[in-house]
Amino acid sequence: MRNTLWEVFLFVGPSLLLLLIFTVLPVITSLFLSITDFNAYSFMDWSRTNIVWFQNFIEVLHDDLFWKSVFNTIYAFLLAYPTTIFFSLLFAFLLNRKETYFKNFFRLLIYLPSVTSTIAVAVVWSWILNPKYGLLNWFLSFFGVPRQEWLSDTKWAMFAVVALVVWKAIGPNMLLFIAGLQGIPEELYEAAEIDGANRWQQFFYITLPGLKPILLFVSVMLGIGYLQLFEEPYMLTGGGPLNSTLSIVLYLYQKGFRAFEFGYASSVAFILFLMIFGLTYIQMKLRIYQE
Amino acid sequence: MRKRKVGIVQQIFVHGFLILASIVTATPFFWMISTSFKTPQEIYTIPPKFIPSEITLKNYVDLFKGVNFGRPLLNTIIIALIAPPLSILLNSMAGYAFSKFRFKGRELLMLLILGTMMIPGQMTLIPAYLVVRFLNMLNTYRGIIIPGLVGAGSIFFWRQFIKGIPDEIIESAKIDGANELLIYFKIILPLSTPFLVTSFVFAFIGAWNAFLWPLIVATDERMYTLPVAVSIIAGQYGENIGTILAGSTLVVLPILIVFLIAQKYVIRGIAMTGLKF
Repeated sequence: MRNTLWEVFLFVGPSLLLLLIFTVLPVITSLFLSITDFNAYSFMDWSRTNIVWFQNFIEVLHDDLFWKSVFNTIYAFLLAYPTTIFFSLLFAFLLNRKETYFKNFFRLLIYLPSVTSTIAVAVVWSWILNPKYGLLNWFLSFFGVPRQEWLSDTKWAMFAVVALVVWKAIGPNMLLFIAGLQGIPEELYEAAEIDGANRWQQFFYITLPGLKPILLFVSVMLGIGYLQLFEEPYMLTGGGPLNSTLSIVLYLYQKGFRAFEFGYASSVAFILFLMIFGLTYIQMKLRIYQE
Repeated sequence: MRKRKVGIVQQIFVHGFLILASIVTATPFFWMISTSFKTPQEIYTIPPKFIPSEITLKNYVDLFKGVNFGRPLLNTIIIALIAPPLSILLNSMAGYAFSKFRFKGRELLMLLILGTMMIPGQMTLIPAYLVVRFLNMLNTYRGIIIPGLVGAGSIFFWRQFIKGIPDEIIESAKIDGANELLIYFKIILPLSTPFLVTSFVFAFIGAWNAFLWPLIVATDERMYTLPVAVSIIAGQYGENIGTILAGSTLVVLPILIVFLIAQKYVIRGIAMTGLKF
């Protein structure tokens, strides 16, 4: 028996309407905005908005600050991505060992940072990284490391941002990897052991292939997430010093909601979308060819 | 069971490393809470004092008297209590329809909805702001809550979960004369309790911590949410770090408590959503 139109409307209608208003319509509007010079004046008088076609995109591509933000975002991604994967995998292995004690406690603690507000936690981080009264400089002084200006030194600022990003990202990915490890049948290892495979061979020929689906999922999600880097630099450094931690989304926010250059910011958003789309596509392709 | 001899050295090494990692993880939380109860003399001192010798509530008092944290706290509580149930209601109803209803174009529509997952939030940020502005919902609870209620991912996960509920139960209820609404409230929702709790915890944490959207649509001081208020006082030059960290503690502590109570559901939820792919 088919459902009546009224029932379908009742159950799906509200969700569909909200998706249309706040996702589908905005995408279309975004594309339209990116070819206009919509700015602060447009709020008062919509007719002052002109269609400028690809002018915004041309300007964005000639904007040194935009390229700086692209470079920074890729730099942050290149730093954070392998670090996150490495530590998440490492903790997953250690907490999946039969012989490890207090598994639940460790798992819980390592997961904890990811549920907390980045904004609130970033405040503590910047206090820990404070050059004069910070815990880190005090701790490092025991090893003879001179006082560092972690957040106002262009050499260190991005490392500080990435450290916070990774600290927050390890927990959930570790859980995904643990779930993945538990999905690999025990018999495979037993058979390999009988055949005389050593621990490394077992790792490369059983564990890694077994983790492949999860690894792909984690990679794609991390890629998407890290290209959208915003809260950490916003709070820790505000994009500074000398724009060394200015990320694409932070630049988009500044252009859009500080300078109210909505047309320009929409072009930046569209380029970001293309980057995320491209990265996801490449990762999917790479993994498929490896199969 | 695979049995392996594990050397004591390996055991010490593994556990030592895990303990070290736990300390690194926990230090910021400990330091935040500890500093928020210190007097300025003990905050600005080297070597740092881990346990305040004199516990003061002044930082918290300042938070409510000096920088008026009461309103952001109230706003965030209201939003974090209203958004999750509404969001779950909408997503689960759609999820139910997409898994059990029979209507033309069901799969196509689901596919179209899933397609919206590819769109990053930043791309819709500016137009969504314009829509909210156009609807006169800037600086309102509605404006903060409504745009984020429905998510393609949530609908999809609800659909996958409800698929596991046997059709026979629904069919027999229909024969007994129950309509879809009754089935949804009396059968589907009660049978989804574990998933419901997981969704609620995630939605609550998400709403409590939300930053970029409230920052943009709630620019009036009276509509600040907690994270926005913390970011504002942290940006004010000369504000006492003890007060700022008291604010941070207020944002982080409730979530830690919620998480510790509901950890079983959160961890199960992560594993569930991950494995579905």
